[in-house]
Amino acid sequence: MRRDDAPGLYLRYVGISLRGQMQYRASFWMLTFGNLFAAGVEFLGIWALFGRFGSLSGWSLAEVALFYGIVNTAFALAEGIGRGFDTFPGMVKGGDFDRLLLRPRPTALQVAGQEVQLMRVGRLLQGLVVLGWAMTALPGAWTAPKLLLLTGVIGGGAYLFIGLFVLQATLSFWTVETLEIMNTVTYGGTETGQFPLTIYRPWFRRFFTFVVPLGAMNYLPAPLLLDRDAGGIPTWVSWGSPAAGVLFLLVALRLWKIGVRHYTSTGS
Amino acid sequence: MPQIVVENLTKTFRVAERDPGIGGALRGLVRRRHRAVAALGGVSFCLEPGELVGYIGPNGAGKSTTVKVLAGILVPDGGRCEVLGRVPWKERIAHVAQIGVVFGQRTQLWWDLPVVESFDLLRDIYRVPKADYARSRNELIALLALEPLLDVPVRQLSLGQRMRCDLAAALLHAPRLLFLDEPTIGLDAVSKLAVRDFIRTLNRERGVTVILTTHDMDDIEALCTRVIVIAGGKIASDGTLEALRARVTRERWLLVDLEDADATVTDPDAEVIRRDGHRIVLAFDPDRVATAVLIARLAARHAVRDLFVQNPPIEEIIARLYGGEEPARP
Repeated sequence: MRRDDAPGLYLRYVGISLRGQMQYRASFWMLTFGNLFAAGVEFLGIWALFGRFGSLSGWSLAEVALFYGIVNTAFALAEGIGRGFDTFPGMVKGGDFDRLLLRPRPTALQVAGQEVQLMRVGRLLQGLVVLGWAMTALPGAWTAPKLLLLTGVIGGGAYLFIGLFVLQATLSFWTVETLEIMNTVTYGGTETGQFPLTIYRPWFRRFFTFVVPLGAMNYLPAPLLLDRDAGGIPTWVSWGSPAAGVLFLLVALRLWKIGVRHYTSTGS
Repeated sequence: MPQIVVENLTKTFRVAERDPGIGGALRGLVRRRHRAVAALGGVSFCLEPGELVGYIGPNGAGKSTTVKVLAGILVPDGGRCEVLGRVPWKERIAHVAQIGVVFGQRTQLWWDLPVVESFDLLRDIYRVPKADYARSRNELIALLALEPLLDVPVRQLSLGQRMRCDLAAALLHAPRLLFLDEPTIGLDAVSKLAVRDFIRTLNRERGVTVILTTHDMDDIEALCTRVIVIAGGKIASDGTLEALRARVTRERWLLVDLEDADATVTDPDAEVIRRDGHRIVLAFDPDRVATAVLIARLAARHAVRDLFVQNPPIEEIIARLYGGEEPARP
């Protein structure tokens, strides 16, 4: 059995991608700053909203800020790691995917390594800052199990978003025209997940719980993270919620394989 | 044992058709009509180790389709294909680790990276052992004179330089089989010669089997021991260059430079096929008229400044084989 050095290779890709980006230094700093600024303004908007209305369907600003921090941190991580999938349709169109097929490594690993975006640190920083603030503003103490769950939820969320990027890229094996609809799920998903899902209509909440398990980093682990009333959510579901994202990514990677097979049989 | 066995390979593409105009584009969103385009209609050939084969044909003849199938990135509809004992698309990763591929139109290197870093990354991708890598890298750098290019980002290389680097990149893992898709396209004369020399060395000295697709007939004449011609998805000819010539035409050309540019030249056994100032090109069949007789006849009638005999250029032969017809690209 050959030693699996896939993580090592991925890190090599990361290093190279970063070095490539540093060659365009001005552009790097401008994009990072722009990213940070845009995300900051967004949270100020939420702040202002709460200043006006006090709370949102029984959720306090600090509670919403926690969700906001979780989703944005997870999304920034996912975007940093899975950005290659985001720009993948262009790769299929340009025929550059053939090049990856000619190399003796799994295609998903290579696509992920195509582009690792450092400028996403803007969003990541902002997510972490809001998260940090929420954690100090919330009344409950941050015990070790709670911190563990929080880390898990963010990790699971990152997996979920990577899964969404993979799905979006997979679609481009069939068509490059209908991708906007996926944007409503990926980018719309982050927007949605910044607020507790319980404020939305039931069908909407169900979609983001059972189809795209955004709820797994939102209202499902909330009772444990916020010391709130469980509201009918079993404790094991709250603890197990990080697994949903991992599962989602695994399913997405299966579909990716089917997409690659389709690509190699149609040659386009 | 042949390295490549291809038997009765078929492939048909479905191409979406769209009516012209905005109306057509909108209709295409709802219902799409497809047209079947046969790219390969039963292609068969075998390749022994160490061969250097030219695979030629007009655009859309099925060259790239064949190469893609052999490289394992396209699954055919029917037929058998084994490369180095493997079915390429069934064991993609094991297969591509054993072959090298160069596309003349598209670089395999990382655009923003210095050449040497692309090489190092490929070492990791192909899992080449350190000692093997150092040896193979140094050899390739020497053969292709890459030393001054190593620290240059790929995007700053000229086309010829880039092609030399691409060739090295495809060979770092010491494949036994090399696919070259138009490796000399767009290169200047000096770079073309360098690339050809390298391919020859690789084949003769290292015994690497090479399949070369090209539109440059000089590549074929300079390199290939065997030429496979594909047209309309079928093998039109397979054999040595001489055999191909003999099969298509026995014709020879006599090039004559006359003192008098306006002289009328006719001969019962030869045909004037081109005329360019003082230069006249006559085509003749050496079985019907001896070359010496033809020359004597012409020299008796005209003031001849210079003359020489040659085979029709390979372009001419290929054009006749295709029948001047170029099927549309799918």
